[in-house]
Amino acid sequence: MITVKDLHKSFGKNEVLKGIDAKVDESEVVCVIGPSGSGKSTFLRCLNLLEDITSGEVTIDKETVNDPRTDINQLRAQVGMVFQHFNLFPHKTVLENVTLGTTKVKKLDANQANELGTQLLEKVGLADKANEYPDSLSGGQKQRAAIARALAMEPKVMLFDEPTSALDPELVGDVLEVMKDLAREGMTMVVVTHEMGFAREVGDRVMFMDEGVVMEEGKPQQLFESPQNPRTQEFLSKIL
Amino acid sequence: MIDTIMDSPYINSLPFLIEGLKLTLIITITGLIFGFILGALAGLGRLSKSRIIYGITTVFVEVVRGTPILAQVLFIYFGISEDLIGVNISGLTAAIIAITLNAGAYIAEIVRGAVYSIDRGQFEAGRAIGLTEKQTMRYIIWPQAFKRMIPPLGNQFIISLKDTSLFSVIAVNELLYQGRTYYNATAEVFETLVMVCIIYLMITVPTSLILRRVERKLDV
Ligand SMILES: Nc1ncnc2c1ncn2[C@@H]1O[C@H](COP(=O)(O)OP(=O)(O)OP(=O)(O)O)[C@@H](O)[C@H]1O
Ligand SMILES: [Mg+2]
Repeated sequence: MITVKDLHKSFGKNEVLKGIDAKVDESEVVCVIGPSGSGKSTFLRCLNLLEDITSGEVTIDKETVNDPRTDINQLRAQVGMVFQHFNLFPHKTVLENVTLGTTKVKKLDANQANELGTQLLEKVGLADKANEYPDSLSGGQKQRAAIARALAMEPKVMLFDEPTSALDPELVGDVLEVMKDLAREGMTMVVVTHEMGFAREVGDRVMFMDEGVVMEEGKPQQLFESPQNPRTQEFLSKIL
Repeated sequence: MIDTIMDSPYINSLPFLIEGLKLTLIITITGLIFGFILGALAGLGRLSKSRIIYGITTVFVEVVRGTPILAQVLFIYFGISEDLIGVNISGLTAAIIAITLNAGAYIAEIVRGAVYSIDRGQFEAGRAIGLTEKQTMRYIIWPQAFKRMIPPLGNQFIISLKDTSLFSVIAVNELLYQGRTYYNATAEVFETLVMVCIIYLMITVPTSLILRRVERKLDV
């Protein structure tokens, strides 16, 4: 579903991604872990071209993301993204947040959009918040609304950038539940996370990134229990 | 008793000063309407990726903000001669042009600042669901930025209102000019200027108060 070939990304002189190769199959859940500043977010943001790609190639569902001929807006609509800080639109209600893309990009009419939006809010447990503004939601509710917003575009792939790290610990569970449901339904997911429990339980594969390269990857069991790379061992010993 | 109040030098100047206030408000409001249009365009220019547009609008903003409005209005009124442009610019026109340019330059920065103050994440969230850059600006950035522009725009109204008093040098009979004419004739300098200031305050203080309430309501 996603293929990344020799991806490089520099900010000015600072090379943040130093040649990344990766593959994500359909319905696979890949978790990305690694120390702060290792380039996890940058990697994720290159996948839907929120960052320009310096060199290399990213394809999603056979479309080359960084080909100038690709309609990037159409492609982004098929790649859902969930941010650490939710980034809900504060001037729109929860339902409007969810329907905006469906009316403006997918051109659904208002009725269809509202129906789909309401359905998705039910799915993430926010049916009763449809007409509230994001300000009145808890962090966990905001993140679930943001997930519903991304799902409304009926994406082929979902990207999550530390979706729970801005949340109070007691609110993390609800968001992870929603993500587990998605994984069970067969959604292809790339999840940057510090939730090792989630990576272990839901992840089909774990990638450990450090200093702009993928140092090690493997099945969660294997990577967590018998990491081969000393950097992986060091990282895991610090956080587990 | 009533006669003495009605006959006081404070009250006597009023009709004359009110005439001036009318012109002050006409200059301020007309200047601000044009200034808003100019400022919105220049503000967009300052956000533009095109170097030429960015350059032109930046020069405009810097020149206007870097020179005194008094020098600007003298330039427009006396400096630009009739031979040069073929029409005679009246004092009132010069005044409105000066406020338009001046407010335009400051409003450009208000517009730019408001857009920049919106969290980048908003823009990214818009693009991430597939909105184009234009759609993201229109549906996500502008509505939020516009709210943040309201308090500084109100502030600009107060500044422009006070700036109009400078136009007494080109004999535009706005409020302060009327006051000066009045005390030159009656020698009631103190009383007249007190009244002039009170009239300015009667506009500016309520404006400030309303602004503060709006600010609290908008929570910006
Ligand atoms: N827009 C940018 N401009 C310049 N440098 C950037 C930019 N975004 C990220 N960087 C740099 O790229 C490097 C990697 O950042 P990135 O956010 O991808 O790391 P991360 O692994 O997600 O870290 P964290 O766990 O803290 O989120 C950092 O050194 C950061 O300073
Ligand atoms: Mg990050």
